[in-house]
Amino acid sequence: MPEYKILIIEDSPTMRQLISFALKRLQGVRIVEANDGVDGLRKLSSEKFDLILTDINMPVMDGLKLVSLVRNDANYRTTPIVVITTEGAQEDRDRALSLGANDYITKPIQANRILELARTLLRPA
Amino acid sequence: MATDDEKGVSYNAEEFLQLFKKGAEFTQDLLKENERLRFRILQVEENLHSTDDEMIVTDENRKLVEKIEALEKEKAEILERIIQVEKENQDFAERYVEVESENNNLANLYIASYQLHSTLDFREVLQIITEIIINLIGAEEFAILLLDEKTNELNAVATEGITCEEIPSMVMGSGTIGSVAKTGDNYFVEDMAGYARDFQNPMVCIPLKIKEHVIGVIVIYKLLIQKKNFAPVDYELFTLLAGHAATAIFSSKLYSESERKLSTIQGFIQLLTK
Repeated sequence: MPEYKILIIEDSPTMRQLISFALKRLQGVRIVEANDGVDGLRKLSSEKFDLILTDINMPVMDGLKLVSLVRNDANYRTTPIVVITTEGAQEDRDRALSLGANDYITKPIQANRILELARTLLRPA
Repeated sequence: MATDDEKGVSYNAEEFLQLFKKGAEFTQDLLKENERLRFRILQVEENLHSTDDEMIVTDENRKLVEKIEALEKEKAEILERIIQVEKENQDFAERYVEVESENNNLANLYIASYQLHSTLDFREVLQIITEIIINLIGAEEFAILLLDEKTNELNAVATEGITCEEIPSMVMGSGTIGSVAKTGDNYFVEDMAGYARDFQNPMVCIPLKIKEHVIGVIVIYKLLIQKKNFAPVDYELFTLLAGHAATAIFSSKLYSESERKLSTIQGFIQLLTK
């Protein structure tokens, strides 16, 4: 399996660690973490990622704004984006999907679901 | 005219001729018989050879039948082994799912524990407890209440989905929350599906304990829509929170108090040494 780079954009350290812990079970992945949308954009501009997981509710720049900006970037037009939502935020979830997110994960986070999504989205076409 | 002697000679010659003819006929018969017997011998010999061939064929068949039976037996054994291997495979797959699930649960517990003890800042500890309850347990409305030992009352210090002001102070030993704080036993409402929010009677009440000493409680009033009931790992998380969150809160409070005292003392020393 080639090395894939995954970016986790999440303001909660607990969530970042939880997602990172789950993804580390995949072979050949390198995980980079960002605290918020702005930090995420900075990291996205410095290197190319194969998968982006982002929370919606974050300080400085929220996940929806980030999805919109990332999709307008020519380098990331086809990169899979997964948004992390709560079921209550149905509108946010729908909006994220309409902005170009590929899928979503609802809280409480299940490691199996994260792994399943990552495996599917990182699979070569 | 022939004489008697001539007549006798003629008679003898005729008789001899007859005899010779009979001899010739007999010889012919013998030759025929000989030929017939030779033919018969050939037939018998042929028959004898064909019987030998049949016997060889029968022997080969018998060997083949034996081989087929052995192969059939071997096939049955292999099929039985395949069934066994398939069953073992299924058992392994089920075990793998169980181990995976266990692994996930342990990861959740590890992360919760790691995060709880990652800081000595009181507000940060409360924030981490809040994150654990939202992200790992899946609660939408809840509060953390700490015991004021002077007044013996439980007061909300952190909330999610509701405000601290909405949560009334609870007297130790009184009502559901007070009783949990007094006994130190977890409380879960019986009918989770039919539960309606009541600040005095939460859906879940978990005491925050350092050994047997209760320093506060976590009360949950509402779960996320997709969270219908608690999984076994949630109860493990509640147990972990009961102990680790309590020590994390207690240590951070002690640390901030000692920091405050230290800065006060340093202020005094500075005043005295000026």
